[in-house]
Amino acid sequence: MLQTKLKEKMITVLFWLSALIIVGILIAVIGYIFVKGLAHVNLDFILEAPKRAGKEGGISTTIIGTLYLTAVSLFIAVPLGVATAIYLEEYARQKSRFAFIVNLTAETLAGIPSIIYGLFGFVFFVIFMNMGWSIISGGLTLAIMILPTITRTSQEAILSVPGEYRENSLALGASKWQTISKIIIPAAVPGILTGVILSIGRAIGETAAIILTAGSSLGMPLSLADPARTMSVHLYILAMEGLSMERAFGTAVLIVVLVIIINYLANLSLRRLSHSR
Amino acid sequence: MIENYVEDSKMMGRIFDGKESKKGAKNIRFNAEYMIEKLLMLCAGISILAIVLIALFILVRGVPLIAKTGLNDFLFNLKWDPTRGSFGIGTMFIGSLVVTLASMLWSVPLGLLTAVFMAEIAPPSVGNFMARMVELLAGIPSVVYGFFGLVVIVPLIREYLGGNGMSVLAGALILGIMILPTLINISRDAIIAVPREYKEGSLALGATHYQTIRRVIMPAARSGIITAIVLGMGRAIGETMAVVMVTGNSTIIPDGPLTPVRTMTSNIVLEMGYAAGDHQAALFATGTVLFIFIVVLNLIVNISAKAGSQNAAN
Amino acid sequence: MTNRIKIKSKDINLFYRDFQALYNINMDVEENRVTALIGPSGCGKSTFLRILNRLNELIEGTRIDGQVFMDDYAIYDKEINVVDLRKKVGMVFQKPSVFPMSIYENVAYGPKIHGIKDRRRLDEIVEKSLKAANLWQEVSDRLNSSAARLSGGQQQRLVIARVLAVEPQVILMDEPASALDPISTSKLEDLIAELKNNYTIVIVTHNMQQAARVSDYTGFFLNGKLVEFNRTDELFVNPRDKRTEDYITGRFG
Ligand SMILES: Nc1ncnc2c1ncn2[C@@H]1O[C@H](COP(=O)(O)OP(=O)(O)OP(=O)(O)O)[C@@H](O)[C@H]1O
Ligand SMILES: [Mg+2]
Repeated sequence: MLQTKLKEKMITVLFWLSALIIVGILIAVIGYIFVKGLAHVNLDFILEAPKRAGKEGGISTTIIGTLYLTAVSLFIAVPLGVATAIYLEEYARQKSRFAFIVNLTAETLAGIPSIIYGLFGFVFFVIFMNMGWSIISGGLTLAIMILPTITRTSQEAILSVPGEYRENSLALGASKWQTISKIIIPAAVPGILTGVILSIGRAIGETAAIILTAGSSLGMPLSLADPARTMSVHLYILAMEGLSMERAFGTAVLIVVLVIIINYLANLSLRRLSHSR
Repeated sequence: MIENYVEDSKMMGRIFDGKESKKGAKNIRFNAEYMIEKLLMLCAGISILAIVLIALFILVRGVPLIAKTGLNDFLFNLKWDPTRGSFGIGTMFIGSLVVTLASMLWSVPLGLLTAVFMAEIAPPSVGNFMARMVELLAGIPSVVYGFFGLVVIVPLIREYLGGNGMSVLAGALILGIMILPTLINISRDAIIAVPREYKEGSLALGATHYQTIRRVIMPAARSGIITAIVLGMGRAIGETMAVVMVTGNSTIIPDGPLTPVRTMTSNIVLEMGYAAGDHQAALFATGTVLFIFIVVLNLIVNISAKAGSQNAAN
Repeated sequence: MTNRIKIKSKDINLFYRDFQALYNINMDVEENRVTALIGPSGCGKSTFLRILNRLNELIEGTRIDGQVFMDDYAIYDKEINVVDLRKKVGMVFQKPSVFPMSIYENVAYGPKIHGIKDRRRLDEIVEKSLKAANLWQEVSDRLNSSAARLSGGQQQRLVIARVLAVEPQVILMDEPASALDPISTSKLEDLIAELKNNYTIVIVTHNMQQAARVSDYTGFFLNGKLVEFNRTDELFVNPRDKRTEDYITGRFG
C-alpha cells in the first residue's frame, strides 16, 4: 500500500519534471539569445545597411527583405487560401472526391519540408519561369508553403460561423454569394486573421527555401525582380561563416522578438474569437 | 409613416407581377453565381496544381540521375565525390536516419509525458500555460535553434564530452527540441479526444488515476500518438537549417554520438549554391528520395486518419 | 368574411432522401390573415413552412412533389426566381439570429442586397421597419451599436424589422416566441396582430393558447399529414377529428 503511494508520488514528480524541462528548454533558448544579443541591438543596428558582407553595419536591408517577401507571399496566399476554404466549406458537396483530394493535398503540402520547397522554387520559378533569384520567386515559393495554413484556419473559421446566419440571409432573398461575401466572410475574419498571423511567423522564420529562391544579396531590394536576403538567411550566413557573432546574436534577438509578438497576437485573435462566440 | 410604407408594399401588388422574373434577369444573376463558384473551384484546384508541379519538377530533375547510377548505388554507395562523378548518398541517408532516430530517442518519451501531463494531470491554468509555451516553442524558427545549437550545445559537447562538438549528438538534441511541439500537440489532442466514459468507467472500478492513464487512456489514444510520432519523424527527417549548423556535415558514416555527420537535407542546402550539371541533378535526386519518403509518410497518416474519422462518424 | 387566397398548397409531398416528411398537404392561406400551424414535435410544421419560401432546397437530398401557388403563380416553376420569391416571403426563425453588425446594418441588409444604395432612402426604410416592428422607441438612439447586445425579445423584433425592410407580402414565423420570456412574447403577439392588417402571416407554434389568441385559421399536423384545417374558433371549440381533439384537450386539460 505504502509502496503504491510512493510509486504514484514518483510518477507525479516525473510528469511535472517533464513539463518543467520543456519550459526550461524554452527559457534557455530565448534567455541565452537575449542575454548575449540584447546589447547589440540598437536603432543603428536596425536602420543601418550591412557593410563588408555583414561584418559591420546594421541589418536594415534584411529587415526590408523579410517584410517584402512576407508581404508578397501573403498577397498571393491569403486570397487563394480563403477562396479555397470558401469553396470547400460552402460549395463542394460533403463527400465529393474533389474536396477530398484538395483537403488531402493541403495536408500533404503542410508536411513537405522547406528544403523541398526550396528545390522546387529554384527549378520552377528561378530557372524554368526565368524569374531568377528574386523577391517574386521567393514570395511565390513562400506562398505555396503558407497556403495550407491559411486554407485550414479559414476553413475552421468558416465552419464556426453559425448556420442560422446563412438561412436568415438567404431567406431575406440574398443570393449565395451575397450571403458569403456580406455575412460569412466578415464573421470569419478573426479566425482567418489567426491563420494570417501564423503564416507571417512562418514566413519570417523560413530560411532553407529562401536561400534557394530569393538568393542572399545584401543590397536593398527595390523591385520584385531584385534578389533579397531575409533576417533568417542573414543569421544563418553570419553564424556559419563566422562573419560576426555579435551581429548574429542581434539578428537572432530581433527574430525571437518578432516571433513572440506574433505568438501573442495570434493568441489574442484566437481568444477574441472564442469570446465572441 | 407606417401607412405610407404599407401603401408602398400594396402597390407592388401580387407576388409575381411578371416584372422581376423575366428569363434574362434570372440568367444574368445565375451566371454570375455560377462563374463565382467556378472561380473558387479554380482557386481550390491550385493546391492540387502546386503539388503536381512540385512532384513533377523535382522528379524530372532527380530521377534520371538515380536511373543512371541505379537506385541501390545511389542510396547505399558511401562515396559522395560529385566533382569526380561519384554520387552515392549512403553516408547521408544513414546520417539522416541516425540523427532522426537519436532525436526521437529522447524527445518521444519527453513529449508523451508532457502531453499526458497537459491533458490529464495539470490543473487547467498550468495546462493552458504549457500550451502557450509549446506554441512558442513551435514558433521559433529552425535557424534560431540551429544558431542556439552552434553557440551553446556544440561548445558544451566539445568541452565536456570531447570531439569538436559538431556531432550526431548535437543534431539529435536540437532536432529533438524542434519536433517536441508536433509530438506534444498531436498526442495531447488524441488523449483529450478519449471519451470521458472510458476514464470514468475505469475509475469507477477502483483503478487509480495512473492505472487509468496507462491501461485505458493511452491504449485508446494509441492511433493519435502513433500519428504524432510518425509526423514528428517526418519533420525531423526534413529539417534542414537546424541540423546543418550543428552536425559538422562530414560525409562519413558516424561511429558514435560524437562524430560529425551530414544529412540529406544539409547536403542539398550546402551544395546547391554552386552545383551544376550532374552534381545539381544529384542534389535533386537527394530531394526526390526525401520527397517520396515524406509524402508517402504523410499520405499514410492522413488517409488512415480520414478513414478513422469516417468510421467514427458512421 | 373570407379573404382572397394568397397561398395555395396542392398535394404537397416532401421527402428527405428516403424519409417522407409530408403527405398530400392541401391548404389555402388567406390574405391578411394569421394562419397557425400546430402539432407535436417532428410532425412536419417547419418543413411545410420552409416549402413556402423554398428554403428546403438548401438541404441536400430533398425532393418535393405537388404544387404551391402564390397569387396563382406556381412558385416551384422553373421560371420563378427564388430570390424574388424570398424577397416577398419573409421568414422569422425560432432562434432570433441577428447578424454580427450594428442594428442599423441588420435592418438595411436586405434593402442593400436588393440594390438600394441611397443613404437617405435606407435611413427611411430602417426607421419605418423598426417602427413597424415596435422597436424604434427602444433603439432609435443607438442604431449603430452592435445588435448582439439587444435582449432576446428585442432581437426577435429586430429580425422582424429586418424582414419588413425587404417589403414582403407574406411573413413566415417558425415558433418565434419559443425563446422569449412572457413579456416579450406578449409584445410579439401584439405586433403580429398589428402586422396582419398588411401582411399575410403563417406561424408555427407549440403554444395552443397562443395559436388561439393570434390566429384566424389553424392547421393541425400529425405525422406529416394535415389532419384538420379550419377557422381557429371552430377548430378549438369544435374539432372535427378525434385526433385534433385529443391533442388540444391534452394540452389544455
Ligand atoms: N434536414 C432533414 N433531413 C432529414 N430529415 C429531416 C430534416 N429536417 C427534418 N427532418 C424530419 O422531418 C420530420 C419533420 O420535421 P420538422 O422539422 O418539419 O418538424 P416540426 O413539426 O417542425 O417539429 P418541431 O415542432 O420539433 O420543430 C421530422 O421527423 C424530422 O426528423
Ligand atoms: Mg420545427
